[in-house]
Amino acid sequence: MSGKTFVEKALARAAGVSEASAGDILDVRPDMIFSHDNSAAIRRIFEKIGAKNIAQPDRVAITLDHAVPAPTTQHAQNHAEIREWVKQQGIQHFFEVGRGICHQVISEEALILPGETILGADSHSTHFGWLGAFGAGVGRTEMAALWATGELWLRVPEAMRVTLTGRLQLGVTAKDISLRILGDMGVEGGLYRSVEFAGDTLNTLSLDERPILPNVMAEFGAKNAYMPPDDVVFKYLEARRTRDYTPLYPDPDAHYEIEYALDVSQLEPQIARPHQPDNVVPLSEAMGEPIQQAFIGTCTNGRLEDLQAAANVLRGHQVACRLVVIPASSQVLLEATRSGIIETLLMAGATIATPGCGPCMGNHMGIPAPNEATISSANRNFKGRMGTPEAPVYLASPYVVAASAICGAIADPREFLS
Amino acid sequence: MSIHRCWVYGDNVNTDVIFPGKYTYTLKTPEEIAAHALEDLDTTFAANVRRGDVIVAGQNWGCGSSREQGVTAPKYAGVDIIIAASFSRIYFRNCINQGVLPIACPGLNLLVRTGDTIEIDIANGQIHAAGQIFNFPRLSPSVQAILDAGGLVPMLQRRFAGENQA
Repeated sequence: MSGKTFVEKALARAAGVSEASAGDILDVRPDMIFSHDNSAAIRRIFEKIGAKNIAQPDRVAITLDHAVPAPTTQHAQNHAEIREWVKQQGIQHFFEVGRGICHQVISEEALILPGETILGADSHSTHFGWLGAFGAGVGRTEMAALWATGELWLRVPEAMRVTLTGRLQLGVTAKDISLRILGDMGVEGGLYRSVEFAGDTLNTLSLDERPILPNVMAEFGAKNAYMPPDDVVFKYLEARRTRDYTPLYPDPDAHYEIEYALDVSQLEPQIARPHQPDNVVPLSEAMGEPIQQAFIGTCTNGRLEDLQAAANVLRGHQVACRLVVIPASSQVLLEATRSGIIETLLMAGATIATPGCGPCMGNHMGIPAPNEATISSANRNFKGRMGTPEAPVYLASPYVVAASAICGAIADPREFLS
Repeated sequence: MSIHRCWVYGDNVNTDVIFPGKYTYTLKTPEEIAAHALEDLDTTFAANVRRGDVIVAGQNWGCGSSREQGVTAPKYAGVDIIIAASFSRIYFRNCINQGVLPIACPGLNLLVRTGDTIEIDIANGQIHAAGQIFNFPRLSPSVQAILDAGGLVPMLQRRFAGENQA
């Protein structure tokens, strides 16, 4: 009898059963559930179900982030319906236009803690693995069911272990690790699985860098992702949390269906070329490809350290193409303003927009024209992602995006860091 | 056994091309949503799809965004069965919850072409196509129950109708 993976332990806990194994179907009661601009649509499904009140409003979070501030009357109407619903249902964890992207805001507010379970009506809900929580995305109808009943069936997934060893070089980040994993294993490499990270690299990653790995695992087909929480995480949560928690760790003899290992010490920056996140090449193979727009932000790479990385590259230079920078939250924007990062970015010719998802999913604030290439710090570059299927999107770290903005073509940030 | 006309697609088709993100908060009615089904994947689909048609795709169909219109757009356009070599996990759940049958059948998309007809025997878990028989796995009982109810909403409607009477 082998030991348990993280996901087997976490879902057993969430279902209130003593143990669970891969393949089991459990009725899970998550500690937190969340949605965003899709909440008005979820409300309409909720009302169709015939439910009157949200079962546990204290476990519900709603963040307006996908199209903020409202770009059209229709979007404004959508937001208005959500505000009315929040008031009617007494939802306390409501975050207005400008507070930031759901995954970042929920992390900052410590609404989810190690060992807990969170389900979001957003595919990047794998993000919360950075805290050692189980996070998975669900559809709108499932969120309506969760509002109504507080529970949802989940199949306990098989697990895959990703072991990272060594220390990253200057100018290389967790984003490059995540792209390398996609490049090696493909966008279906983690399909239906719990992707559980291990290895000595993890403790060397900064707080801001950690969420990148589980966040990008959404592009890997993963159900959830997990990083073992350590003192860095516990310290981050200490001043923010309002309840106790018990972190969960996989047993040393847990069964992993697939093992993948990467020594990151020789890794160079990576690029996902159009039109798939697994179309990954080392930066050296994409150098010089022209771009018309650069975008730094999103739940993947819109934190303080990402903006700092861009500023380190851009200081003393001017951009040769449009550079849109969107901090992931109001807290990030405030800190970046206080520390002078925003000034550095503006001096280099960047423009700054309201914290939120921005142009990542093609809503507004930086939609490319057909045949205009964008290099983005986001997680997804599928055809049509930024609004039109004719616009190619490259994915990279904020370092690479910033260097490329200076050159108007894909460039190596290490030439600007010394 | 039922006969279905096929719309055939490849691997890793993502929901941005099945239903573009720019419409997700503005289009609401089934007719509006159906009109944009598969818009950035196949411009001939929405105008020519007929009730009873099926989609036959490769690996990881429906990857990317969790948007449910990835399922409801083809459903409102007339598709009740989606066959793929494999599904992205949220897409698979969205199918069940919308009462659309997801059939995992590796290889079929390589043998049939758009416009071909296939026969599906749901009761026996078989597809007859291109002179071959493919077996597909049954769903687990709890998942099948949601599908049998017509989706998660009808299933919960019954539960809440019962609670409201009690």
